[in-house]
Amino acid sequence: MTDPKAYLSHLELGEKDETFLDSNELIINMGPQHPATHGVLRVVLKLDGEKVLGAECVIGYLHRGVEKIAENRTYTMFNPYVDRMDYVAAVSNGLGYCEAVEKLLNIEAPARAKYIRVILTELNRLTSHQLWLGTHALDIGAMTPLFYTFRDREEILKIFEKYCGARLTTHAFRIGGCQYETYDGFERDVKKFIDEVPPKIDEYEELLTTNRIWVERTQGVGKISAADCKALGVTGPVLRASGVKWDLRKAQPYAAYSDFDFEIPTGVNGDTYDRYLVRMEEMRQSLRIIRQAVERIPEGPIMAKVPKVIKPPVGEIYHSIEAPKGELGYFIVSDGSTQPYRVRVRPPSFVNLQALDLMVRGQLVADVIAVIGTLDIVLGEVDR
Amino acid sequence: MLDYITSYLGMNTTPGQAGNIFWAVVYILIVFGGVSVAVMAMNWLERKALAHFQIRLGPMRVGPHGLLQPIADAIKLMTKEDIIPEQADKFVFWIAPLIILCASFTVYIVIPFGPTHAITDMNIGILFMLGVSSLSVLGVVMAGWSSNSHYPLLGSLRSSAQMISYEIAMGLAVLSAVLMTSLNKSGTGTLSMIGIVEAQQQQHIWFAFKFFPLGFVALVIFAIAMVAETNRAPFDLPEAESELTAGFHTEYSGLRWSLFMLGEYAAMIAVSSIAVTLWLGGWMRPFPSTLTGETWDLVFSLIPGFLFLALALIAFIGVVRMPKHPYFRIQTMGLAGFAAVLGLIGLILFVPPVRERIQDIFWFIAKVAAFMYLYIWYRATFPRYRFDQLMRVGWKVLLPISIGVLIVTAILGVAF
Repeated sequence: MTDPKAYLSHLELGEKDETFLDSNELIINMGPQHPATHGVLRVVLKLDGEKVLGAECVIGYLHRGVEKIAENRTYTMFNPYVDRMDYVAAVSNGLGYCEAVEKLLNIEAPARAKYIRVILTELNRLTSHQLWLGTHALDIGAMTPLFYTFRDREEILKIFEKYCGARLTTHAFRIGGCQYETYDGFERDVKKFIDEVPPKIDEYEELLTTNRIWVERTQGVGKISAADCKALGVTGPVLRASGVKWDLRKAQPYAAYSDFDFEIPTGVNGDTYDRYLVRMEEMRQSLRIIRQAVERIPEGPIMAKVPKVIKPPVGEIYHSIEAPKGELGYFIVSDGSTQPYRVRVRPPSFVNLQALDLMVRGQLVADVIAVIGTLDIVLGEVDR
Repeated sequence: MLDYITSYLGMNTTPGQAGNIFWAVVYILIVFGGVSVAVMAMNWLERKALAHFQIRLGPMRVGPHGLLQPIADAIKLMTKEDIIPEQADKFVFWIAPLIILCASFTVYIVIPFGPTHAITDMNIGILFMLGVSSLSVLGVVMAGWSSNSHYPLLGSLRSSAQMISYEIAMGLAVLSAVLMTSLNKSGTGTLSMIGIVEAQQQQHIWFAFKFFPLGFVALVIFAIAMVAETNRAPFDLPEAESELTAGFHTEYSGLRWSLFMLGEYAAMIAVSSIAVTLWLGGWMRPFPSTLTGETWDLVFSLIPGFLFLALALIAFIGVVRMPKHPYFRIQTMGLAGFAAVLGLIGLILFVPPVRERIQDIFWFIAKVAAFMYLYIWYRATFPRYRFDQLMRVGWKVLLPISIGVLIVTAILGVAF
């Protein structure tokens, strides 16, 4: 376990240089206790001076066996566990799971529940992108955006807290709808937030978008082509920044997304700067969706008719949603009992992380940090 | 003995030049003590100002508004366990922080806080400063190498390359200022720090505005190079926290680490002092030649006193606005005491003999403080350069411009 070379399937050290300097390549461990690997990611880097010759991710430091746990829990009991995967976008995880089980049960959540789901999920997308922006900028050396984004993220977390009592791992939705009706003043709070936040997003942009150092650090860094993205299964903003207009909210609308009018921002170059711009624009589009949803939210029940004991018919289902980080899919196999036979999660972070080696090859050590940041991984979701 | 001590008071020169060892030692103690206090103050100011840039409060617990935080930090660092890695080269590991500390403190010997307020004045003053301050790169390399670890090694390699590259642009910028000192009737320039300020006095202009914008460009080049030279944001790659954990001092802890920090902040103040001496008229008050006359002298000489009174007033407002809860009683008393001390200093500064003697030092420190604030501002605003970009800025941007400035300055100097 301690020998880094044990993992070096494709990172073999080169032949000894026959120069007087005898300069071998350097192999260093980045992580799992490193301030910029966003948790417990370990990257084994092969370096030639500062140049990266290859990178290999070693994951599993946060493995909790979420998928196995599911096999020993009822469908309802497993619901809170999914929040612990991508803990910065817990609402999205819950939405994906609830909708998958609903599909398996062949029921549909009522319209009002769907609208509440959309509002909370899009707010959650904002928190996820804000956290990404803050940490990504911090990795590249800009300290201040982190505090600005956390200030505004706080407002969203307050709305979550008022709605369901939790800030981070919300467990906001139930199979068949939502457990809670919106609190008094929910719409006012949300409207107030979406009125206040656009100038704050401009504020982040003011610090970064035209900052020469930021542009130099991100443009042309960690480039990935659309073809490579598709080959590796990379989804989400990373795919869109490479120029592919693929967003599950449009491609196969779930919840109430087909009712809303919004754009899918895409990039051209597929570099870190484009991914930054795409995510910034996604924040604005999310606000647009929330505004429409809050204005058009229908009255009615928030829970469909769901049996007390959930016993889906024998069968299997794959349902995926557009989580902030990419396609989040749930594959659930039911054997007709109260517990799922098998649950398999397709986490966007895990799949996107595969692209790391491709993106950092030939770049510098500092770019590895920028690329890890721009991939927007959450290790809870990578390791599950 | 007493004659020896008092004889200096009549002399109008620095103790080093007068050869008076007693007063030289006194000056050394004052300067080094002052720099250490300034480093602590800077530490507090940086945390506080950075916090306010980032909409947070910063240190608030230790003393009123965290004023005693640097002292608490110092105690914490001194009492920490002193760890030397087993694989480290112990002697080199031990001596590296001392080299950095000595290099950054030695330069204060020639910094002129006033016409006679310097430990000594050398005829090669600026050369001495550049030479000694660049010795600190040796400490960085030694620290990185002796730690026997990958990250410190990478950090120290980056740092040595960076410091050496930026020294060239820095040196050329300095040369253009030195060249300006020779623009007098006799045509002889000087490298002496006091001489450089006196040259600005005689030419009735700060060198930052000489041959506008030439002098100013040189100052900007120096100001950029000095940030890189002291490894501060946005050129803080050697200690890039997010990439190399802590760069060359990753393996250091406790007192040794604090020596690095002390050295870094002392170096920041030292290079700012060079910039002030060369381009911003050193100890001279603003507008020394346009706003002349008794009245203006009086007005400018009252500024230090009023400044301290204003600070005392701010502290006093803080006392009034402090919550009236018993929990805050000690804090309120502390802040009131602080306000009283500030007010007292302000009043002392109005006493005519003190007022006249404090002038030079006050203006010098005020100008240096402006540079120190810039350092904090940069850190709050800019992301970090990448290594190759940093080198490109140093070699392809700053170096050609500084050579150009030097040549044009020389041509203009001959022409006029």
